[in-house]
Amino acid sequence: MTIGLLLDFFLVILALAAGWWTIGAKDSFGAAVAFVAYGLVLALIWVRIAAPDVALTEAAIGSGLTGGMLIAASTRLESARQATRAGSVTRRLAIALSALVAAAPALAVLGLPDPPPSLATAAMAALPSTGLGNPVTGVLLAYRAVDTLLEKVVLILALLGTWSLAPDRLWGGLPGRKERRNAASPLTLLGQVLPPIGIVIGLHILWVGADEPGGAFQGGTILAAMGMLAVMAGLVDVPATSRRWLRLLVVAGPGLFLIVGLAGFVIAGGFLAYPAGFAKPLILVVEVVLTLSVAAILLLLLAGPPEREPPR
Amino acid sequence: MNAEVLFGLAGAVLAGLGLYGLVADPAPLRKLLAFNLLGGGVFLVFGVVARRGAAAGLGGDPVPQALVITGLVVAFAATALAVALLRLLFERTGQTLLDSAAPERTSPDQADE
Amino acid sequence: MTAPALADMPTAGGFLLVLAIMLPIAGVLLQFMLGGRQAERIALLVMPAGLAVAVAVTAALVRSGRPLVYHLGSLAPPLGLSLRADGFSALMLMTTALIVGAIGLFARADFATPTGPVEARQPFVFWTLLLALWSALAVVFLGQDLFTLYVGLELLTFGAVPLVSLDGRAETLTAALRYLLFALFGSAFFLAGTVLFYGEYGTLDIALLAARTHPDTTSAIAVAMMTAGLLAKTALFPFHLWLPPAHAGAPAPASALLSSLVVKGPFFLVVRLWFGAMPGLTDLPAAQLLGALGAGAVLFGGVLALRQPRLKPLIAYSTVAQLGYLFLMFPLAGGEGLPASVRMAVWTGGAVQAVSHAFAKAAMFAGAGLIGQALGHDRIGGLRGVGRALPVTTFALALAGLSLMGLPPSGGFLAKWLLVRASIVTAQWWWAALVLAGGLLAGGYIFRIIAPALSAPEQPLPAIPAPARRREAVVLALALVSVLLGVVPFGLTTLLAVGSPAIAHIVPR
Repeated sequence: MTIGLLLDFFLVILALAAGWWTIGAKDSFGAAVAFVAYGLVLALIWVRIAAPDVALTEAAIGSGLTGGMLIAASTRLESARQATRAGSVTRRLAIALSALVAAAPALAVLGLPDPPPSLATAAMAALPSTGLGNPVTGVLLAYRAVDTLLEKVVLILALLGTWSLAPDRLWGGLPGRKERRNAASPLTLLGQVLPPIGIVIGLHILWVGADEPGGAFQGGTILAAMGMLAVMAGLVDVPATSRRWLRLLVVAGPGLFLIVGLAGFVIAGGFLAYPAGFAKPLILVVEVVLTLSVAAILLLLLAGPPEREPPR
Repeated sequence: MNAEVLFGLAGAVLAGLGLYGLVADPAPLRKLLAFNLLGGGVFLVFGVVARRGAAAGLGGDPVPQALVITGLVVAFAATALAVALLRLLFERTGQTLLDSAAPERTSPDQADE
Repeated sequence: MTAPALADMPTAGGFLLVLAIMLPIAGVLLQFMLGGRQAERIALLVMPAGLAVAVAVTAALVRSGRPLVYHLGSLAPPLGLSLRADGFSALMLMTTALIVGAIGLFARADFATPTGPVEARQPFVFWTLLLALWSALAVVFLGQDLFTLYVGLELLTFGAVPLVSLDGRAETLTAALRYLLFALFGSAFFLAGTVLFYGEYGTLDIALLAARTHPDTTSAIAVAMMTAGLLAKTALFPFHLWLPPAHAGAPAPASALLSSLVVKGPFFLVVRLWFGAMPGLTDLPAAQLLGALGAGAVLFGGVLALRQPRLKPLIAYSTVAQLGYLFLMFPLAGGEGLPASVRMAVWTGGAVQAVSHAFAKAAMFAGAGLIGQALGHDRIGGLRGVGRALPVTTFALALAGLSLMGLPPSGGFLAKWLLVRASIVTAQWWWAALVLAGGLLAGGYIFRIIAPALSAPEQPLPAIPAPARRREAVVLALALVSVLLGVVPFGLTTLLAVGSPAIAHIVPR
């Protein structure tokens, strides 16, 4: 057994332990913390299986944003802690069902064909036409661009659904409560120091995404996290959800993507096709605007429905 | 056994664990955590499929890797919407269970609707 | 090798499929950005344009007799993504365009945008999600790549869930949350099957899969997981628990959309999977299992509909029951050496059931909304005399009821008759017995609405404000379409034969 495989075994045991803890923890706070650990272990596994783009996304969104949101929710709902054990019949049924469901993909994975089919060669062969160096970015913004475009609309719908939970009179208002600024608090210091660094890192990740691991999601997530930190430190406030510029910022990314896609009918002979020689600059412009929109949407999703009166 | 098989089996077990929580735990927040656990397991299988497809000088097939990135973002959006629903439900009823028919707490916020 | 070994080639007019998806998407983005009064205006503008696209797609199919295909980004599958419309897709696109348009006209009174500069919550959310649901359904009906279809399903979920809790009552929040959790379970399972398909065949394109798939363990597990996920999303018995509270709790126009169109999306993908990606599955005993679940839905939904004290939950349980019939397609279209004519009849029967139920159910929920607004409640015990106060609406409910019961000359009759005939031809008489039993149950629950509505009130009803003529006309028009589908089949058979896998399975292309 090689050192590498030993490390992989170790990571799998950690992932299973964190998963077990997520399900079995006594209170939901513990479960949420376990989930964050689970996400971090998964990110390491993604590095081990040579998927650095996914590792970045898993760490930023899967573990970071999702985990943070669930931890916050668990503390908010803590006073509602109730006995939450299912009846023994339910549990036995659930055990049988999940054993079956775990066995099914396990069996299927063992039965995957050898040699495995792969689009890696095709993806690399088509890459020069996009001018990009990172094939994952090629898949997301060229070969399967429509998935990426639609998924941005999914994010907007999730935001609209979240906002729709506000009472009528607060529609268009400001999300969350105003955080009070406390100059002595370490959070304020963090809020002042980290965002400029984070913004630089976020833009860097976006920028290198064309050729190296990174891209719009990962960059956008870091920007959103920095924004959230500044909000929590009370340095800035989330704008009112009725602000026209905010709405524009949210739809700018998918909107521009759609316009470039439609322009493809005229300039490149098809929807979401890029004209030869102009693919890379077009993709980069789309990615920059997408990153800003993703950052705005993620930040607003974290902030939740409007809870304060809209400006009149 | 090689790394791909190991991670593939781990993905399957994690998916099973997540499904157990989704079915057996009556608290929606725990169901939500379990859903994310389940999703992590399924995505790991994507990773294994990608790794098996390593070719053309790449460490893995970029197509399934890109699908996971899209999937992770969608899962986050779903979690955000579910958390918002859950928080509002708690504020309005003081309950966080789906099955209890708790009387609605009268809240001044909603009296005008 | 025969032609299907290649991905479908792009056809002239394929760009129409892009428009069918992107027109409502552009609408959603503009609505979100401009907000306020513009949300409603944009929705009303997109409606005729989207209908025109759906008509153009259908006309192109009928004219050429071949499916429309488009390769996005001018890149062919497996690396690229393609869109494809066969006759069934075109029919569902038309149905969606017509019902979205009708419900949009109907909902203008419920979600009128207030004058003044301030945006109102409910109208803004409703009009934006109306177009969002439309685009999601278009993706589901036209997408040819399993992962694109997954994103389409997510669009559908995120468009539908906020509609359930639109009026903000605590019970609708619970219903929305439960719906979301079921949908997420479904998504995870759909994804699990997707990755297994990719791992085994190296493509997610349905046309390529159709040529490559063979029944082995991995494929069987993949199909089983995807089907389970889709059944949870379409609320087939025993996954139906979330549907009645969600569909009964939403505002009436939203209920109409959810019950008539949204649940048809995942069903459509089960058909794509079983007839398209893995042809030959319907020959297996698993098809009998899908049929059995459908039977459970018909009986269970029907019996529970009989016991509901209120109108909207009754209609919601009727949806649970009517979805069951759709799944009779699977056992009936299977069997070795079944003549193409029988398979085509089952295909048509399933499609007509999906469409006629969509129109009938949109009419019923919209009509129930009018009754609820007029009476201030929707208790079935208090419906006496409604027939006199709202004659047009009551008549429309009765017409829609004809279709649900499967009585001639309705679309529901045509659908159920085709299914019954196929069950006799294939010597599976039990499905025929089920259709008859389901019809009796439907007769029972429709009677529970119509009988009191037509009887004289015990005491004179308080003065009921008559609903706007136009709203009643919309309800009547929807109900009429569900009936007329049985009288004038509108050349449905010709349209549904275009690119139908029910025929392709037997006759090599």
